[in-house]
Amino acid sequence: MVHTFTALDCPIALDVNSGAVHVLDEMTYNVLRQVEHYESLPDTCPERVVQRLPYSPEEIDEVWKELKELEQAGLLFVKSDYIDPEWAVVKDAPVKALCLNVAHDCNLRCKYCFASTGDFGTGRKIMPFETAKAAIDFVIRRSGKRHNIEVDFFGGEPLMAWDTVKKTVEYARSIEKEHGKNFRFTITTNGMLLDEEKMEYINREMKNCVLSLDGRKEVNDDHRPTAGGQGSYDRIVPRYQKLVAGRGDKEYYVRGTYTKVHPDFAADVMHAADDLGFKNVSVEPATGKPGDPFAITEAELPAAKAEYEKLARELLHRPDINFFHFFVDLEQGPCVIKRMRGCGAGSEYVAVTPEGDIYPCHQFVGNEDFRMGNVHEDTFDQELANQFNALNIYTKPACQECWARFYCSGGCAAGGYNVNGDLAEPAYVACELERKRLECAIAMKAIRSGLAD
Amino acid sequence: MKHIKTLNGATLKQSACSGGCGECQTSCQSACKTSCTVANQQCEQQK
Repeated sequence: MVHTFTALDCPIALDVNSGAVHVLDEMTYNVLRQVEHYESLPDTCPERVVQRLPYSPEEIDEVWKELKELEQAGLLFVKSDYIDPEWAVVKDAPVKALCLNVAHDCNLRCKYCFASTGDFGTGRKIMPFETAKAAIDFVIRRSGKRHNIEVDFFGGEPLMAWDTVKKTVEYARSIEKEHGKNFRFTITTNGMLLDEEKMEYINREMKNCVLSLDGRKEVNDDHRPTAGGQGSYDRIVPRYQKLVAGRGDKEYYVRGTYTKVHPDFAADVMHAADDLGFKNVSVEPATGKPGDPFAITEAELPAAKAEYEKLARELLHRPDINFFHFFVDLEQGPCVIKRMRGCGAGSEYVAVTPEGDIYPCHQFVGNEDFRMGNVHEDTFDQELANQFNALNIYTKPACQECWARFYCSGGCAAGGYNVNGDLAEPAYVACELERKRLECAIAMKAIRSGLAD
Repeated sequence: MKHIKTLNGATLKQSACSGGCGECQTSCQSACKTSCTVANQQCEQQK
């Protein structure tokens, strides 16, 4: 399977099964586009294809020889038979990552919040340390031979549960060596409660931190008001700048959400990068069930795709800015086995509520049909986990036809469930946006490498 | 080649030989929390 596309005016071919990427001239692009659905190339270009193209047979023959050369070198039309779909099927997978919802409460009232402004529709609660401790014990017991364990402090707003956050880190650090584990902590915060002590602690203990900001002041403040209806921008931006200044080379992302109401996110990314000085920026589309007033839907797709292209052009000559979705490692990214299975929600990765209830990920929290167990009781619904274990690019019908399957690894199970009511049917809008982002990212690489203009 | 310039080779196929250790980051734990991209993650064995 070959995917030909043009992004940033750059004609490109991606060989789906091998991962090889080629920059084409216009004639080669037009020839290959006619035959990209072939399983392999015949020795010469089929006559009916020649007749459809505005080139001489000699010109097409010259291009065809180069395509054949790549095919013979294992760089084009590579078959998928080197991949065993069974690699993706992990029975009784170890749990190695927790989304720890330490606070089902929030001091902002973000209009698009999937968590019902912080409490997931289950009442405002803070996780007691005893529950967090039980979650750490749970993941140690359930992680088998896995060495690296990830814990993301999430909410709601995790800084509202600061005491629990610190005690959890200290507890995990105190026992990680004896259990042969290495805890990697991350935190996702809205910044409202950041102070010197918290910044210093986060910069010391957290491998990554995600700082929520929706870009320009007017956009952020419209999307993300406080509980009292005030804007949050003026309070959080100086705090984020101070935190990042003290972070050294540790990872962080300033992460925003764009919506149907404020869809021009390229300006928000550039504001965060240029006006505020943040080098690692991410934005995500608001998601939601059909009819959601903020979610990006099929109607907004053309404009959203144009925004990604606009952003890619702006960032093309700005290698100092790392936009999360335009960073694609073509050479040393994850192995093909990882790429078959994706995020591991419901199997390797689970969310834990303040009560200790376990859900497949943060997006399922509060949906009783997906309650998997409780860390206090050490219960875990392995049958439900195995439903999630079975999700991969070979069991999702749409993925088998999609060129991007090894880059998104099948998409977000929660997104599929929320939009289509089916874990195995990825959300079309999310897929389309992912494909566009990947095309932009690959084109940026091609142009930056000097192989294209 | 006159018409085609290769940006990168068959890296995906090569990764099948040594992959699958399971130590890498869970994709949702990085920055998105609402979509799934794995291609921007690092392989623990390549670090």
